[in-house]
Amino acid sequence: MSRHLFYGCLLSEIKVPMQSGMAIKLTDVSKRFGAVRANDKVSLSVEAGTIHGIVGENGAGKSTLMSILYGFYQYDSGTTEVFGKDHYFNNSREALAAGIGMVHQHFMLVDPFTVLENVMLGNEGGKLLKEGREQARTELTRLADEYGLSVDVNARVSSLSVGHQQRVEILKALYRGAKILILDEPTGVLTPQETTELFRILNALKDQGVTIILITHKLQEIMAITDNVSVMRAGKMVAHRKTSETSKEDIAELMVGRKVLLQVDKDESVTGKPLISVKNLTVKDAQGIERVKNVSFDVKAGEVVGIAGVSGNGQSELLEALSGITKIDEGSIEINGSLLTRKQPISPSKMRDIGLAHVPEDRHRMGMVNSFAAYESSALGYHNDEAYNGRFLMSRQKVKEYCGKLMDAFDVRPRDPNLKSANFSGGNQQKLILAREIERNPDILLVGQPTRGVDIGAIEFIHKRIIEMRDAGKAVLLVSVELEEIISVSDRVLVMCDGYISGEVSAAEADEKTLGLMMTNTDAAANLEEVVS
Amino acid sequence: MNDWFTIFILTLDATMRVSTPLILAALAGLFSERSGVVDISLEGKMLAGAFAAAAVASIAGSAWIGLLAAIAVSIVLALLHGFACITHRGNQVVSGVAINILAAGLTMVLGLHWFKQGGQTPRLDNEARFLSLDLPGAQAVADVPYLGKIYEELISGHNILVYVAFLMVPFTYWVVYKTRFGLRLRAVGENPNAVDTAGISVVKIRYLAVICTGILCGIAGAYISTAHNAQFVRDMTAGQGFIALAALIFGKWRPFQVLFACLLFGFLDALAVRLQGVSLPGIGEIPVQFIEALPYLLTVILLAGFIGKAVAPKASGIPYVKER
Repeated sequence: MSRHLFYGCLLSEIKVPMQSGMAIKLTDVSKRFGAVRANDKVSLSVEAGTIHGIVGENGAGKSTLMSILYGFYQYDSGTTEVFGKDHYFNNSREALAAGIGMVHQHFMLVDPFTVLENVMLGNEGGKLLKEGREQARTELTRLADEYGLSVDVNARVSSLSVGHQQRVEILKALYRGAKILILDEPTGVLTPQETTELFRILNALKDQGVTIILITHKLQEIMAITDNVSVMRAGKMVAHRKTSETSKEDIAELMVGRKVLLQVDKDESVTGKPLISVKNLTVKDAQGIERVKNVSFDVKAGEVVGIAGVSGNGQSELLEALSGITKIDEGSIEINGSLLTRKQPISPSKMRDIGLAHVPEDRHRMGMVNSFAAYESSALGYHNDEAYNGRFLMSRQKVKEYCGKLMDAFDVRPRDPNLKSANFSGGNQQKLILAREIERNPDILLVGQPTRGVDIGAIEFIHKRIIEMRDAGKAVLLVSVELEEIISVSDRVLVMCDGYISGEVSAAEADEKTLGLMMTNTDAAANLEEVVS
Repeated sequence: MNDWFTIFILTLDATMRVSTPLILAALAGLFSERSGVVDISLEGKMLAGAFAAAAVASIAGSAWIGLLAAIAVSIVLALLHGFACITHRGNQVVSGVAINILAAGLTMVLGLHWFKQGGQTPRLDNEARFLSLDLPGAQAVADVPYLGKIYEELISGHNILVYVAFLMVPFTYWVVYKTRFGLRLRAVGENPNAVDTAGISVVKIRYLAVICTGILCGIAGAYISTAHNAQFVRDMTAGQGFIALAALIFGKWRPFQVLFACLLFGFLDALAVRLQGVSLPGIGEIPVQFIEALPYLLTVILLAGFIGKAVAPKASGIPYVKER
């Protein structure tokens, strides 16, 4: 199809007609990556004009399946029908021409470009940009009005909020004539309010006849917005359900293959004396910008304090300051009786000696070394321990033995201390790091994003371990962007926004709405500072 | 007429001539780096181009055929770089260094073998060179004070490749910012995933970009050996490819800023020649070595902190791999 023709038919399809029947029908689609069967005889039918959820644990093959549908990967066997016609997509352009648009988890936007330029990329409408620009501008404004996706077409993408960048991605797909929209984990980076707004947009699109496929691991989103849901496990499609006829528990069980507890069972906390005591803490980054601003709080023995917030609002810097990794600029931190100030830093290894363990947010960057064997990663930070070392040399044998014990205690699979760290699944990597930190019996545990990229079965396990720490009278500080996790695991919730603590609630009073408001409430944060100072 | 004015005009005139290969090479680098392919082999491509131009022009007796040969050879080297970096996702700096070494060695060996003049090519006759062009009316207005001098000395009287280099700046601007190819070129250097998911081949755009680099480096090489000089001498590019690279960064990968940077470096170079043996009031005679080092010193100082943060295209230097 020539570009002009494509452009023309794109304009003729301004009103997406109400389709009936199947928008997509995949039959026995298989895809291998080397020895790994990412998709094994997967079949899927998506009714036109519905919102269809696809759930599964990490590595279940959802993203691969969608990339096939979008023409990014080519499958090995099987058939694809789109609106009743057979297709085999060799590239994304062919999928686009058939009416399939994708909104990726990591946005496919060019940051220094304007919204208009981003939307035009690939559909410029002529060899010179000016030929298509005005037409694109008009069409974009019309689409934005029609679907309530208001966005400034001349703004640079880098200056837009994450929620707005996502709108640009949706607009991009619609502009290219998408009648089927695939969204891959669209809410991972959004605040609860932005999520609500996204769902409003998705419902509006559905009313206009657009078919939507939503890939997610958040079960409450499936329940909230989808009409049908398909569950994948280990590369296979295991079940199709009408959302109205199923439940969260049912879907979770299908995903994992056994019953899972979604709610963490825990008793009332019995708190003791404060083990972490932060006073007026300010932390600047390498550029001299204040990331943590005048923050004060305590964490007592026997409680889990959760820190909620949209990522990038100072939580990472707070964790790094508490664990001794970065120096602080103002205020003080008292850890288990030892005082840390700007003039009197405590090194991370000293921190471990005084009873603080740290599970970093980004396990690949700070938690372990991908290319190390598991036993080497399991000794990181504790490598000077007498138990590991002889007079001059480190005893690999002892490290391996200890690693084996950790793996048993935390059910790390496969139980092979010699396997490269990178070859474990996310959940098992995280369990190994938690084992390393928890099995040393620290008094204080700092945990960042303990379940990021971890499957449901492992999440349950990890949450249980954190609660056990609490029940044993330890102080736990949990930083997470997953509100559900914060609410179910913590006893007390602090919310960070723009470096300030913008609110505090007990876990019993915390719900997504109140936390969400606090997460975006910069005014409250600023006011709070005025009151304090 | 004022002596100082004449010296000033003559220095600017020399600046234009010295800047020409820098401008061409820096614009060559702009195409490549905007597409995300770092190219430190501008030097090697220019050198190979210079050799090809001089060798072929001396045999064929035509500067134009020499130019075509220079472009062809330079494109071949650019494609080699592309093959290593785009197709096989090799390290772009290593590939660039390899091409520089290859060009330095190959021009010597072939020169020795073919012409047996110690690695040089025979001196070119005037027919086999790009000669200065007198623009219409240049002689007529030469006597008009100031303006006439500017027209006659500065604007008129250069060879065609000088004009090509200067016209290449607005042309590059137009290509990069006003055309579909330019939009895709810039996008592929910032976020190749966005280009791939829009259904455009990342590999194709990057190959087209390195071919543009090859063409411009070839012209720069031909200028050095068949316009600015009249033969090929070993290592005659003398680091100008690297200065062009510095100008590219100094100019923040934007055509007009790059032009300004090249003119600045060219001016310092011309000034260095002009100041040799001159005794400045209060300072005395400046050592030649110091003056010759000036452009390089300035490059280091400027790059170290006087130009603000130069933000490279985000994907430059990173081979594109479809993520799993």
